[in-house]
Amino acid sequence: MSHDLLKTKNLTKVFESGFLRKTYIKAVDNVNIFLKEGEVVSLAGQSGSGKTTLAKMILRVLEPTSGEIIFKDKNIWRDLKGLKDLKWYWRNVHIIFQNPFSNFNPFYKVDRTLQQALELIGIDPDSHEGKQLIREALEVVGLRPDETLGKYPHQLSGGQLQRIMIARAWIIKPKLLLADEPVSMLDVSTRGKILELFLKLRDEQKTTVLFITHDFGLAYAVSDRVMIMYRGKIIEEGTPDEIFFNPKHKYTKELIESVPMLYRKWKFEL
Amino acid sequence: MKRLELRNVRAYYRLLIGNREADVRAVDGVNLEIRKGEILGLVGESGCGKSTLAKVMLMNINPPLFFKGGTIILYTRSGNSLEISKLNREKLKKDVWGKHVAIIPQEAMSALMPTLKIKRIAYDVLRSHNPDISLDETVSLLTKRLKELGLPDYVVDRYPFELSGGMAQRTVIAISTLLNPEILVVDEPTSALDVSTQKLVIKTLWSLAAKGIIDSMVFITHDISVVRQIADRIAVMYAGKIVEVAPTEDIIFDPQHPYTRGLIDSIISLEPEVRKRGLRYIPGQPPNLINPPQGCRFVDRCPFAKDICRKKEPPLIKINNDRLVACWLHVKG
Repeated sequence: MSHDLLKTKNLTKVFESGFLRKTYIKAVDNVNIFLKEGEVVSLAGQSGSGKTTLAKMILRVLEPTSGEIIFKDKNIWRDLKGLKDLKWYWRNVHIIFQNPFSNFNPFYKVDRTLQQALELIGIDPDSHEGKQLIREALEVVGLRPDETLGKYPHQLSGGQLQRIMIARAWIIKPKLLLADEPVSMLDVSTRGKILELFLKLRDEQKTTVLFITHDFGLAYAVSDRVMIMYRGKIIEEGTPDEIFFNPKHKYTKELIESVPMLYRKWKFEL
Repeated sequence: MKRLELRNVRAYYRLLIGNREADVRAVDGVNLEIRKGEILGLVGESGCGKSTLAKVMLMNINPPLFFKGGTIILYTRSGNSLEISKLNREKLKKDVWGKHVAIIPQEAMSALMPTLKIKRIAYDVLRSHNPDISLDETVSLLTKRLKELGLPDYVVDRYPFELSGGMAQRTVIAISTLLNPEILVVDEPTSALDVSTQKLVIKTLWSLAAKGIIDSMVFITHDISVVRQIADRIAVMYAGKIVEVAPTEDIIFDPQHPYTRGLIDSIISLEPEVRKRGLRYIPGQPPNLINPPQGCRFVDRCPFAKDICRKKEPPLIKINNDRLVACWLHVKG
């Protein structure tokens, strides 16, 4: 019996491509991770390292080739049966994608995204309680309900849409929130606000956040714990200070040397 | 001293909304000089007009963008000054682009013709300037340039898809500067690359300038941590205007315009100072450029806004040795 909220056992995903001569790519290779309640954990790595594949398996939309994912003592690919179980899972495990516009259906007002969240937790969106909850959630993320409700996605900025997604998470109160590059499409001057909200969810609702990013600076700024992924494997895991200022793995060291810093300048020689 | 000078340059996008015409004032009264031998960083957030300014400073203007007014003067190596804002497209094509100024637009590396080898692409580029050049001459020029930039010479016989993203971008840089232009303008040259490749591309750009292949560079990006690695000066753009220009270290360690300060404070980099400082951001959003505010365009987000900021636009003035700021806080009297 463990106290981990979620853990994976030898999780592997192999993609095959080609027709006559098949090639196999191990996108996720024998990964064992754990996530505890109320922590922000970064999964950091370069493009193609397997971060998103791992997240998709945890979200239970991509079936692993082998291995297990255990959430609250349930093997999510074996023990969840039928719509009721799946609804239970997705109420507990939620995702926010990179592109704020792809989180929304452009033909519907943004209200619908929040109303669907209410339906998922069994509250009538037209009831007084439902309407109140939507307004409350928007205020939590720093949006004025009167200026936000009734708008279409294209009438709002990326930062505002991403905040609505966090408001949605605030309504559903998932145990685990997967955030896949949630600020990489946003302007630098608005990122801080969004990141602050993830920390707020952690502090006020004990939400576990798996923060997926290629940006080591972001991982360093927001995480309680960091995992570095490289070619499908988790090669290093520890506190942000351990990982970024005392890295053990050669690959981590090399990458850190290439990260441009604000207050430090590279020296080039001809 | 000067290489390129922009005086009160305005360029708008003309939109048709319903049956009414409206102008988006993307570049609106820009005063800027690019000095001989410098790398100038031009930074700003999405929609501030920096990519538009890149095209406008070289007079590469296509509808719906149009040149509204202002003066752009190019000072060539041979000591001539050329008012390029007065030239027509034919003349620009023949005498200015490629020879004196070159631009590498965003995503240039994905614009390489996939069915042609790199040498053929370079040949097409050179032939458009000099119809007499041969393929052999092109190959020898390109091979020499690749070597100078530390790229392998087998690249000349490769197809674009055989090159990695970073290699393709560096090849584009080599081809665009074959004619040794005085000014190279690069727009977000590293935004689609991994950090290790990004560093190589930045080094390539740096060596172009260090070896004197080009004379001046304008490096446009939203990422200050990237451009600060090689820029001598940084110009900060907000809502169609330049709000501050200063030497790189001054912009980073001692920003003077409230927007620059807010922007620098919002940057999240892999540094202990930044983690200690905590998460910061600038509340609000940039103004609509169809109907920009009458006074300072940053006024609605500025913690120091005064009465005058709403009424009158602040002039871009010199406040010490080498710094220009457009902010009423710095106007005395």
